[in-house]
Amino acid sequence: MYNIKEYYEAATLEEATELLAANPNLTIIAGGTDVLIKMHHGQIEKAELLSIRKIKSLQGIRKLEDGTIIIGPLTTFTQVVNDPVIKDNIPVLAEAALSMGGPQIRNVATIGGNICNGATSADSASTLFALNARLKLQSKLGERVVPIQEFYLGPGKVDLKAGEILTEIIVAPGDYQGYGGHYIKFSMRKVMDIATLGVAVICKIKERNIFADVRIGLGVAGPTPLRCREAEAFAKGKTISRETIAEIGKLAVKSTKARTSWRASKEYREHLVEELTQRALKAAIVKAGGEEIA
Amino acid sequence: MKPVPRIKLKVNGQEYQVEVPADITLLELLREYLSLTGTKEGCGKGECGACTVLMDGQAVNSCLVPAAKAEGSEVLTIEGLASPDGRLHPLQEAFISEGAVQCGFCTPGMIMSAKALLDQNPHPTREEIKVALSGNLCRCTGYAKIITAVEKAAAMIAGEGRG
Repeated sequence: MYNIKEYYEAATLEEATELLAANPNLTIIAGGTDVLIKMHHGQIEKAELLSIRKIKSLQGIRKLEDGTIIIGPLTTFTQVVNDPVIKDNIPVLAEAALSMGGPQIRNVATIGGNICNGATSADSASTLFALNARLKLQSKLGERVVPIQEFYLGPGKVDLKAGEILTEIIVAPGDYQGYGGHYIKFSMRKVMDIATLGVAVICKIKERNIFADVRIGLGVAGPTPLRCREAEAFAKGKTISRETIAEIGKLAVKSTKARTSWRASKEYREHLVEELTQRALKAAIVKAGGEEIA
Repeated sequence: MKPVPRIKLKVNGQEYQVEVPADITLLELLREYLSLTGTKEGCGKGECGACTVLMDGQAVNSCLVPAAKAEGSEVLTIEGLASPDGRLHPLQEAFISEGAVQCGFCTPGMIMSAKALLDQNPHPTREEIKVALSGNLCRCTGYAKIITAVEKAAAMIAGEGRG
């Protein structure tokens, strides 16, 4: 039993934006695995739900001719894991998606919902941060595109304005082509757990052993997912070595704003950032075609 | 509570049209409106998997599905596994013969997750079985017998040529 006052179902995006414009109290529900839990915990009361799950244009993943990948926000985690476009082009996102929840949750939960929920622990978010994903948002008044880094405002808070719906998650070809990536979810249990820390690293290598680009996305290292800009700037152009990687791990901690929670202390999380950034980077190097660093 | 317009769905091959309040879950619809009490409520918040049913072929936690979302879908519950003549499904037989049941509360959910797996992957490895059952908690048997039972059921199905 949930405290549902009304349940609307929109068949098209136009219908959904009309309904949202007419009733600002509507809570959008996609897979429902976050919204219904919030209702269960009493964080949302007397909900007026707008289900968008039947809107065809928000489903599926496609690759445009220029290589741009468009992920429909209603794509479930199971679909992300099994999607050929994702597997062939950004397998690190499939790795991250597979770490989320358990099979029943992955069958229902959507990647768009994961982002709009605004949690720093969102398993898809750190990877999408590293990929410089952009989000297309649409309302009755029009549409806009924002970088995912700007979309996250604070814990559970995203820049989704009244009447807006997330309609596309966009990854540009220059942000994934030639990159190798790796995601590490550190949690107390292997499945059905929320990350103590999530680390997504993607890198590109030139002249066999030089970092052309390194990008580090972290979840639960601050109030929102974040990037480690200082470590990334240091890495650019450096020769790949154990020392360089160790320095990148150290610098990564500087971008974090970890806090102590019942899951882990600030100090422990910072230790994890330094260590797991190095491990994820080492795996990413191999996937980008570089030589293995012990 | 405003009733939602009649929900039409298929459960275990049978068509139903039910008028239910807008605030109930698929789990409640099954148990309280269709009297299919084989599906259990454990945690009620998507953590334990006791309420697992197949919705359009996919394992879902029925406690996290608003009843209205089940409109037009095809649901399979533990009651729908045995043949009409009462012959048990190989998964049910294997859970019994392998002693994969103790208190039994998690069993319907376990079997439905295993069914979803075998429908998509008739010859899973132990590792694949573990992943498929990773959203189902058991607090008494300790999983080993459950995994063995799923392996055995897969072998039985392959031998019998039935699913």
